[in-house]
Amino acid sequence: MNIKNLRRLLLVMCATAGLSAVAGALEISGAGATFPYPIYAKWADAYRTLTGVGLNYQSIGSGGGIKQIKAKTVTFGASDMPLKPDELKAAGLLQFPMIIGGVVPVVNLKGIAPGQLKLDGATLASIYLGDVTEWDDPKIKRLNPKLNLPDTAIAPVYRSDGSGTNFLFTDYLSKASTSFKEKIGANTSVQWPIGIGAKGNEGIANMTTQTDGAIGYVEYAYAKQSNMTYALLTNKAGQAVAPSAQSFQAAAANADWAHADSYYLILTDQAGAGSWPITGASFILVYREPADPAAVDAALKFFAWAYADGAKMAADLDYVPLPPALITAVKKTWATEITANGHPVWSEKK
Amino acid sequence: MAIIAARHAAKQLIYERMFKGATLGAAILVLLILGGVAASLLRGAWPALAHFGFGFVVHEVWNPVTERFGALAPMYGTVVTSLIAMLLAVPTGFGIALFLTELCPPMIKRPIGVAVELLAAVPSIIFGIWGLFVLAPILQKYVQPWLIHHVGKLPGIGSLFKGPPYGIGILTAGMVLAIMVLPFIAATMRDVFETVPAMLKESGYGLGATTWEVIWYVVVPHSRVAMVGGVMLGLGRALGETMAVTFVIGNAHRIGASLLAPGTTISSSIANEFTEAVGDLYTSSLIALGLLLFIITFGVIAVAQTMLRRLERRQLAPL
Repeated sequence: MNIKNLRRLLLVMCATAGLSAVAGALEISGAGATFPYPIYAKWADAYRTLTGVGLNYQSIGSGGGIKQIKAKTVTFGASDMPLKPDELKAAGLLQFPMIIGGVVPVVNLKGIAPGQLKLDGATLASIYLGDVTEWDDPKIKRLNPKLNLPDTAIAPVYRSDGSGTNFLFTDYLSKASTSFKEKIGANTSVQWPIGIGAKGNEGIANMTTQTDGAIGYVEYAYAKQSNMTYALLTNKAGQAVAPSAQSFQAAAANADWAHADSYYLILTDQAGAGSWPITGASFILVYREPADPAAVDAALKFFAWAYADGAKMAADLDYVPLPPALITAVKKTWATEITANGHPVWSEKK
Repeated sequence: MAIIAARHAAKQLIYERMFKGATLGAAILVLLILGGVAASLLRGAWPALAHFGFGFVVHEVWNPVTERFGALAPMYGTVVTSLIAMLLAVPTGFGIALFLTELCPPMIKRPIGVAVELLAAVPSIIFGIWGLFVLAPILQKYVQPWLIHHVGKLPGIGSLFKGPPYGIGILTAGMVLAIMVLPFIAATMRDVFETVPAMLKESGYGLGATTWEVIWYVVVPHSRVAMVGGVMLGLGRALGETMAVTFVIGNAHRIGASLLAPGTTISSSIANEFTEAVGDLYTSSLIALGLLLFIITFGVIAVAQTMLRRLERRQLAPL
């Protein structure tokens, strides 16, 4: 190799090293839940064009996100299931809600249009426990006196892959029915006594639309975009509500965030006449005393921007932004509880 | 002259040693990787195995909420779906291979051969999606109701075809797997049949044997060992297949008497639950499932090797 070539090679090497150093400085890294990935990706794209700061978000699942933030390989973790205050304290982590979504029961019944069928938590739990097996069961008829329900067998479809959707759905059913709580419980995957497991929202949608008499549950965005026959749910206040951005936001606004330690609050079965009962927030996890305060500051700046300017983009993808009062509370938490050497890492004015 | 030759020889010797070292290194690398996989699986699975003991492989319960885990249902699903796949794919693959080598008109020999190879190149996710969106509805509407009404009423075998027609389940998974392993089995068998010396076959025909007799008494005995190898290759793929099965098996941690019931396999359980598994015991139990699959696959290969050796011995023995 002659000198000229060598010099050229060195130049290229320096340039690449320089580039990657610049990219490293302007990249926020995070990992976790798959459910909010589409909106985080959309926000990241808009934020990069605006500020030049990119976001590298690996949607590896909530479990993976929690493991990665605990191993300190990422600046923030994301989880669909809030961590308990004890666990947060032990790990030195802080959590806050970022975006809201909801789970919607969908059915396939001849002659039933979207929004016609009414269900409540106890009945839904009985269906998934295998106690209610036919659509003309008195429990369902009682809720729908005007509907002509067929004597078709109910074919329950559940989500087979571990997911935040499963967690919200089983958490709601556990709150609505003690026997569901005792026999099955709430988790990202549970042992279902009956029914058939389909993978992902698309799997549930497909099984439900193919099987006569099937019932399943999908994320709201999915139900809306694929025009599925959703059911109304009777909430804690006794009102039958339809799934919509308004009813999700109502659930989030009616929740008692002020008294929730470390934002440990699951939004299912909230009070309020307009609240959709299977609502949930997706959470972000960061360190209270980060080893790299600049990185956490960059991440919080991004989240603050998303709270302020990301609502429209969220709505386009059928996610629901947090209610304004909650955003104020979260920002206050950032400003007071995330510190480096006793000084707050982030402040509203910066 | 002599000096050059000696130098040349020395050089050749170094090359020879380097080459030998490199191949030895490659061979050892395989052992190291395999040993590493086994060791890390065992290490990851240890908390679950220590906690549940032998109960892990005999219990059907798989409950992430109460953290009680047993691997019986996924083990059952893995073995049964693979068996169904073999039952369907081995005779079909055998037929394809025989047709291509012995009976096929030369004009369509190439197209069919290429089609078999193309089938092997289709990614497994495509088979999964096809199984879910195309095959499952057909089975649900036409095939399974027929099975339930006719076969399901027979004594004995009937219990395998009872229950509601979901379209997806153990049987569907087995059928999709059969299609996936078919090209491997067919291609291996075809290659083997082609190595049967023409002289042997022509001697058979010369003695007045029919095509069937030549196939059965000349071609098959000559290629028996390699045929088993092809079947094992297919079985290995069927046991470990993940994505396609996850789509069509129904993912229920239960052992149903009926083949139409939903089930689960080891690899599909891991694929379904690993991303969102929280808690050490849960993650460890999933890794323990992986270890079991490793052991099952290892066992299958061991049995196959023993069978092959026995066959070889019988073949070498004077007729």
